[in-house]
Amino acid sequence: MTKRWALVVVAGALAVAGCSSDLPDETTTASGSPTSDASKSKFFDQTEYNRQLAFRDARPQGPDGKPWEQMLEPELVDTARFAKPGGNYTLCFSNAAVNNPWRQVGYKTMQQEVKLHPEITTFTVLDAEAKDDKQISDIQSLSTKNCAAIIISPNTTATLTPAVEQACATGVPVIVFDRGVNTSCPVTFIHPIGGFAFGADGAEFLKEKVKPGGKVLALRILPGVDVLEQRWAAANEIFAGSGLDVVGVEFTDGDAAKTKSIVADYIQREGQIDGVWMDAGATAVAAVEAFQDAGVDVPAIVGEDQQDFLRLWVDEGLTAVAPTYPTYQWRTPVIAALKILKGEQVPKEWVLPQPRITGDNVKDYVKQDMPPLHYAMCGCEDMPGYPGPWR
Amino acid sequence: MTWRPRLAEGTAPVLVVLLLLLIGLAIAGPAYDEPSGYLALLKRAAPLMILAIGQYFVIVSGGFDLSVGALVTAGVVIAARLIDGSESATAWVILLVLGFGLLVGLVNGLVTTKLLVPSFIVTLGMLLVLDGAIFLWTGGAPRGALSAGFRMFGRGAVDVPVLGEVPWSVLILLAILVAAALFMRGGTGRALVAVGDNEAAVRLSGGQVDRLRLLAFVLSGLLAAVAAILLGGFAGVSAQVGNGLEFRAITAVVLGGVLLGGGRGSVVAAAAGALSLEALFTLLNLLGVSGALESAVQGVIIIVAVAYASLGSGVRQRLRLWPKQRNVARPAQPASS
Repeated sequence: MTKRWALVVVAGALAVAGCSSDLPDETTTASGSPTSDASKSKFFDQTEYNRQLAFRDARPQGPDGKPWEQMLEPELVDTARFAKPGGNYTLCFSNAAVNNPWRQVGYKTMQQEVKLHPEITTFTVLDAEAKDDKQISDIQSLSTKNCAAIIISPNTTATLTPAVEQACATGVPVIVFDRGVNTSCPVTFIHPIGGFAFGADGAEFLKEKVKPGGKVLALRILPGVDVLEQRWAAANEIFAGSGLDVVGVEFTDGDAAKTKSIVADYIQREGQIDGVWMDAGATAVAAVEAFQDAGVDVPAIVGEDQQDFLRLWVDEGLTAVAPTYPTYQWRTPVIAALKILKGEQVPKEWVLPQPRITGDNVKDYVKQDMPPLHYAMCGCEDMPGYPGPWR
Repeated sequence: MTWRPRLAEGTAPVLVVLLLLLIGLAIAGPAYDEPSGYLALLKRAAPLMILAIGQYFVIVSGGFDLSVGALVTAGVVIAARLIDGSESATAWVILLVLGFGLLVGLVNGLVTTKLLVPSFIVTLGMLLVLDGAIFLWTGGAPRGALSAGFRMFGRGAVDVPVLGEVPWSVLILLAILVAAALFMRGGTGRALVAVGDNEAAVRLSGGQVDRLRLLAFVLSGLLAAVAAILLGGFAGVSAQVGNGLEFRAITAVVLGGVLLGGGRGSVVAAAAGALSLEALFTLLNLLGVSGALESAVQGVIIIVAVAYASLGSGVRQRLRLWPKQRNVARPAQPASS
């Protein structure tokens, strides 16, 4: 696209002008020197890090076996002023996007959750197609649609904050989930524990499984996205004190071919890689294949809960862990909306458990008949109609 | 039969560059002490080399094909959706993907030649159309899975006497390269270059300019489909697989000394340019240079190569190491086929 050409021209001009050394600072992190002693990421927040790590061991409140209804250390708020008994609700949802498998699985789960509740007569959904400006106008138009409650999954944090505040001002209860906003006006903000815990789950696993001094390759999708940056910040923090040698931190753009090439290059360059950390599991299968195609053993690897990776894990007997960012969180906003409309208390910040899949329980999550990109932690297996809509 | 290698003009510099890079690789990476390392490099470079060969046909005849990256993505995504893991569907889906590439090339070519829209615009439009259509169809998340049979071409290897295990993609690449080189030696190939050099002369001497241009786009589309099969096989389903490939292919072609605007350059040099590009990136990685520099390097290459080409024949004449026959600037001959 034209952007690519513009990039080329700019990049070329930079390099010609001798400024190529100004290029992004991962040139230093990837230049062979270990990054484990690199300074902390600016996305690192010690208080939040400690809080999230503590959440992992906290005992959730709520029904057993239904993590989407559970809450960690909730601070309940009163919602009596929103009570609107009688049913016949129009539930409204402004969705950031459905442009990746995670969001697709989540959105389907949410649609099925809505079907479970006959008191919701209309479910109005506007898809912002990953555009901030579209979501802002979506939220505005929802305020004229006679919504009983508005669920918002914000595209970005800062830009959507004023729009969420406007929605709150209409007096309709607002529920935010997944990514947050910089305002406390929504009745509840629903999210799993968070990125620090996710990153730490993987890094701690490698710390345990890889011998001291072992070489770890860190693969990230792209810089600058706060959720992903938090994952890396936590991993970086753990690697720093681990004695592991982080031989490279590379960006894959979430592209399987690029991931495979990068891993193959590192196997050649380092002779051996003892662990692979990933900030998201979508390309984990490509990373594993790179080891297989190079004819070497697959080392300890961090993936995610997508079926293709879980199947490979079981079939090949990998040493792996899968931190999850559970898609069952898409069920919770609907449940929360109905609680609020009944006047029941909900937590101000609804923190959901964020399980990880380990070698002990991976077999429970493998579903041979589901598509390869399906996320196992959807909490959808017991829903009526499963597995039809998720296929 | 006496056969001696005849190098088309512009082939020698890129071969020198390639040789230097390969020597660099041998020094920098222990994996390049034995042939298998180079085979792995060739395997990885094969899709780009095939794309570069396709791009060469279009560029040498005076056009651009910016749609190949999006076409690769479309090919992989369509194949995954239709195969959906079932081995029995492999054969017809491969044919369908090739047919799709052919069709896209045909549309590009027809719009360029019949509606007289510059190819830069046509293929840019095609890129956007394909990108948009893929997004609409998949919602950004490809569904389905490729079968092992489909992936064999990009991932697997076959036992060849003497050489041992040779990746399928390398064999496919060699077949295409030989066919392309023979094609360019023939009458149609020469006429194609002549179209890029002087369209009016070809027309006046009875050559079918439109048909030749159309052929170039169709070949480019077809080869992009082949690249899609290899890339999909190499790494599996991804909606990002073709991102930026059109630019890489153009960089490779330019690095091979092919003149933007057409009329000069050899197809072997274009393929060598692609291999050089891949070798360069591998070398940079072995040396620990960040992947973020890749786009900068590509930018520099394209500027330097085009500047070198446009310095004019006078400078080239002085820089040239040995005199060589120009097989491309002869008076254009009518298409003989």
